[in-house]
Amino acid sequence: MRAFSELLDNLNCTPQRNGRIRLLINYFEKEQDPNRGWAVAILTGGLELPNAKTSVIRRLISARTDQKLFELSYEYVGDLAETVSLLWPNTSNNKTHLNLTNVIKDLQRANRKTFYDLVGNTLDKIDTSERFAFLKLIMGNLRVGVSARLVKLALAEYGDKQPSEIEELWFGLKPPYQDLFAWLEAKAPPPIINDKLIFRPLMLANPITKDALMDLKHQDFVAEWKWDGIRAILVGDGKECKLYSRTGDDIGQAFPDIVRVTKFRGVVDGELLVVREGVVAPFNDLQKRLGRKKPSKKLLEEYPAHFRVYDMLFNHDVDLRSKSLIDRRTKLKHWVDAIASTQIDFSSQINFSNWEELSAIRDRARANGIEGLMLKQINSPYLPGRPKGPWFKWKRDPLVADCVLMYAQRGHGKRSSFYSDYTFGCWRNTVDGVDELVPVGKAYSGFTNTELVEIDRWVRANEKERFGPVRAVEVGLVFEVAFDAVHISSRHKSGLAMRFPRIHRIRWDKPAHDADRVESLLQLV
Amino acid sequence: MPKPETWLKVTPHGLFCVPGDFYLDPIRTVPKAIVTHGHADHARPGHEAVIATPETIEIAKMRMGINTWKNTEPLKYGRNFKFNGVDISLEPAGHVIGSAQVVLTYKGSRVVVSGDYKRRQDPTCDQFKVIQCDAFITEATFALPVFRHPDDHTEIKKLLASLERNPDRTHLIGAYALGKAQRVIALLRKAGYQSPIFLHGAINKVCDLYKKLGVPLGELKSVSHANKKDLIGQIVIAPPSATRDRWSRRFTNPIICFASGWMQIRQRTRQRGVELPLIISDHADWDELTQTVVEVEAPDIWVTHGREEALIHYAETKGIRARALSMIGYEEQNE
Repeated sequence: MRAFSELLDNLNCTPQRNGRIRLLINYFEKEQDPNRGWAVAILTGGLELPNAKTSVIRRLISARTDQKLFELSYEYVGDLAETVSLLWPNTSNNKTHLNLTNVIKDLQRANRKTFYDLVGNTLDKIDTSERFAFLKLIMGNLRVGVSARLVKLALAEYGDKQPSEIEELWFGLKPPYQDLFAWLEAKAPPPIINDKLIFRPLMLANPITKDALMDLKHQDFVAEWKWDGIRAILVGDGKECKLYSRTGDDIGQAFPDIVRVTKFRGVVDGELLVVREGVVAPFNDLQKRLGRKKPSKKLLEEYPAHFRVYDMLFNHDVDLRSKSLIDRRTKLKHWVDAIASTQIDFSSQINFSNWEELSAIRDRARANGIEGLMLKQINSPYLPGRPKGPWFKWKRDPLVADCVLMYAQRGHGKRSSFYSDYTFGCWRNTVDGVDELVPVGKAYSGFTNTELVEIDRWVRANEKERFGPVRAVEVGLVFEVAFDAVHISSRHKSGLAMRFPRIHRIRWDKPAHDADRVESLLQLV
Repeated sequence: MPKPETWLKVTPHGLFCVPGDFYLDPIRTVPKAIVTHGHADHARPGHEAVIATPETIEIAKMRMGINTWKNTEPLKYGRNFKFNGVDISLEPAGHVIGSAQVVLTYKGSRVVVSGDYKRRQDPTCDQFKVIQCDAFITEATFALPVFRHPDDHTEIKKLLASLERNPDRTHLIGAYALGKAQRVIALLRKAGYQSPIFLHGAINKVCDLYKKLGVPLGELKSVSHANKKDLIGQIVIAPPSATRDRWSRRFTNPIICFASGWMQIRQRTRQRGVELPLIISDHADWDELTQTVVEVEAPDIWVTHGREEALIHYAETKGIRARALSMIGYEEQNE
């Protein structure tokens, strides 16, 4: 595990992306099978340890440290694995180096009872750096500055392959990826993927503005609504069906009303929505369906799922991805008609004769469930990833409101120890006629790193009260918050909730009492 | 014997000794002050009269001008000075050169204001001395059990190893200009590193003063006179802010190093884009802090700036009364 923990240490100290790719390649060169394959699994989130739960780690550390000191440390460090690796008592100076593969095999073999002791004993045997690596592999969610994509790029470069070749195979491969490495090292042919139900990487769009559109020929593009749901692909082999999210997670369990009723062979791409009598429900309704392992009958009836398709990757066994968009959509339209399902329909085109006209159409659309427009080049092939040029998303302009910062909390990962999570509120009248602030939303993004440092400083200087890790601050800092929509919600004191709020601007200049009122937000519902 | 809290109070200007009519490390201009050490957040300009160690006074003059304090009373370690019925003496705090704990005795009640301190050996300053007292005022910069500074020699070894591995790159070390920079240089010399060390202007000035005060630092050169080529394979030391500034563009492909106790935390390393973290701190780590609050045998511990909550909690578990002074104006990022 030494080589792997060193890799994590070095990745942390290598700000340059190319430097990180180089470190990964060096690691692939020096490390043996199957260790390096397991490392790839850990870094890409592909290692499955059924008994690995954060609660186990928390129990282990509680038994060894003062609870309060642990909580304070964790709040400060902002990463559980790192906190535990630093707090773990050094019981002996004779540290052993363990083999990564053996460590993983032991963890996989352990049952719920033995897991606790196994982890504790292992942590006793290793030093701080390996403890960090070991805890990360157990808990996942690495946050070490390496995305799955970066690992795939490194693998491609290591084997002198195109990144798309790796992406295409990826979801058919299993750790520790020995067949993949053999192919990359030209010792074997490419791995054969037999599974017809595997995930296929999606084609994504880039954002665009009206000004940039003016430079493009409108005749080259088709326009569709951009539905406010979840991007998904539906894969069928004639018997079974699988539904995957954009990132390749199998979300079929939560949507039996889609996967159980559809029988076909091929791969279609579309938007997962909740639709009632032909009308797309707000995103909030769809959220109620997500993550449910066994949705109840009632839930299925009240929040009926719907799949609105816009592209087709495979028809039967025929790969359509190199064909033009128009060809694919013609096939898709036939498919939709043939399948004749109430839960599946075709995302239709919007007719327009110039950009101005389309812009006016976009401005008029205020319906729930529409996020803006999608623009796709008529002759574009289906290219996995986010190629520049063929597809654009032209989102509706966000709504904005001036809100007052109320609470701040420290962030995690890159922002650990900075106050980077903000709850903000708007004014409303109380019964006694005095104005009060009530929370309307929470945001973690939209500001620059420099602004983060400034806000952090402001929070520290204006702390009013502490509730565990949460700091209540004085009324004084106004954020211009951008959000996509606002809807009624009983969960919040203000009675409303924002969709995707983010900090648009920091209004250092604006007095807090001039911030917006809850009533004016309600008018946007 | 008067209780410490009856004659030593927190005011908006800083800690105030009531019978003595003076402030300790005041954050605003005052008529009379005792200053623990020369860092800018503790030694502020404009006071009428100041008691401090001779070294601290020299540092203040260098940084803020010779007339920054109208009257100065240099007080060497271990000497006594009586003022308005309060006995004052200064004892080494081990933080930077001239850094002192202020020992105040009033009608038999003794309070130690330790300022910033560390316990371990530092070739550039006198080692911390434990003074038993009735109330001990401590900092809490690294008061969390995750902060356990490693041996500074192992950190210097890490630097020398990297230097050997990367003969074609410049090692640019961010280190606080007063104290940290000189300590890193002295540690490098102790480890046998003989080559000239290149300095940013702000650090050059302080090093000259250290040499004048009798701390040997070997051959030092100014970066501004050197050309790019001569800096390849060499060590350059600059204030932390300069390593991220335009100033650092003069180096070809430098390895950014940072000497600080914060480097214990991975995300801090990443946030700063540091390639070689050196965990070298001029503040006490968790073990030193907890050792100290026990060894001073004070029934009362007052905690100033940093992560006071954890240290107070620790003291309480040991049956020691502890509270936060909630002092503001002291920067923790200087470390």
